[in-house]
Amino acid sequence: MTLLTFVLLLFAISIAAGVLGSLVGLGGGIVIVPVLTIVFGIDIRLAIGASLISVIATSSGAGATYVRERITNLRAGMFLEVATTTGAVTGAYLTTLLPARFLFILFGVVLLYSGVAVYRKRHAAAILTVSHDRIANALQLHGSYYDDAEQREIDYKVTGTPVGLAMMYVAGMVSALLGIGSGALKVPAMDLAMHMPMKVSTATSNFMIGVTAAASAGFYFARGQIDPYIAAPVAAGVLGGAIGGARLLGKLQGNTVRLIFVAVLAIIALEMLQRGIVG
Amino acid sequence: MTTPTDRPATPEGNDDHRSVVEEAAAGHVPTSAEQAQDHKIRQAELAISLVLRIGVGVAVALVLAGLVVVLVQGAHGAAVHGTSYKAYTAAGTPFPHSIAGLRTSLARGEGQGIIELGLVVLILTPILRVAVGVLTFLYEEDVRMALITLFVLLVLLGSFVAGGAA
Repeated sequence: MTLLTFVLLLFAISIAAGVLGSLVGLGGGIVIVPVLTIVFGIDIRLAIGASLISVIATSSGAGATYVRERITNLRAGMFLEVATTTGAVTGAYLTTLLPARFLFILFGVVLLYSGVAVYRKRHAAAILTVSHDRIANALQLHGSYYDDAEQREIDYKVTGTPVGLAMMYVAGMVSALLGIGSGALKVPAMDLAMHMPMKVSTATSNFMIGVTAAASAGFYFARGQIDPYIAAPVAAGVLGGAIGGARLLGKLQGNTVRLIFVAVLAIIALEMLQRGIVG
Repeated sequence: MTTPTDRPATPEGNDDHRSVVEEAAAGHVPTSAEQAQDHKIRQAELAISLVLRIGVGVAVALVLAGLVVVLVQGAHGAAVHGTSYKAYTAAGTPFPHSIAGLRTSLARGEGQGIIELGLVVLILTPILRVAVGVLTFLYEEDVRMALITLFVLLVLLGSFVAGGAA
């Protein structure tokens, strides 16, 4: 395979990764890592470096649109970043101490469980109109957005910030430890613990994953895991895909987004279990 | 600062006061102070959105330019031929992974240096977004959120120093 073929192939796959990643708020890494390792036979550590780039590209590319359209809850996102960034730094230090196989199995199980919980909430996803959460009230983390699919403004209240913060801390740690699954715990944290609408959860997760990834990007860059030949087509393709995907989210029904998210989460969970068990 | 009346008619300009309008429809007449605050929040959102767009635009332009240079010059030791991670982490690696290495590579006019510079811009974009977040919260006179965001910014900057990239 020539370099040009490789670049063009990876570019095309990355566009698809960007569309999917921006819709579910997980970033493009879910597609990029398996493609690079299985299809192209690239070392997992370089694949994770490229995945990190794809996460930042999805986050910033789609984030510009989501913020402008107010689907992202800026205040909640920025507040929760306190937990994700400190978690990411902790994870970057723990990475050499903890056995990766054990972590893959542990988080595989955790993600399967949260996938089931997010799926079961599909008929009970009522929007809160009152919140007794002190932190959310004091910092005014509640929000509203115009839902394109339902053609109306949706006001919602945020609750459960302590649990949300704890889950976000773990999410940041997992992201730095395993290089994947950055948004996989963020969306359930906002959907299940904090009762935010599904689309707001994925858009806000999408907004946050870039910062979580950036918090460990310095480590990856210094270790030489950001290969320019792999990362260039990934960055360009994912950006294009994410900008397209961001136009789509508003038009989709909340439950459609929920089902796509659950399907993707199940695949990630199985992927993690497989890597933990088979090695 | 622009006022709502002299704003150009952009598509996003239409929904500037959506929540105020909604409240008015619900029977609550917004005060001018509320309107001013809503306007500030909208400006903050647009500023953050703009930072992300500029960062992404500059990054992708550099990455594509670097790719063209690589393809024209011909790549050395490209990733396609089953690369060894150890070769990269050892000294004298084929692609730059420090600021000093990046500078040398750029001085030589290497395509991979230009790509790496674009990737660094991409990595810095979310961090710049957080920094702008601190400023916009100060502009909204929300000291608590400004301090929270400042903490996030310090952790991020600290991670770069700790990671050895800066």
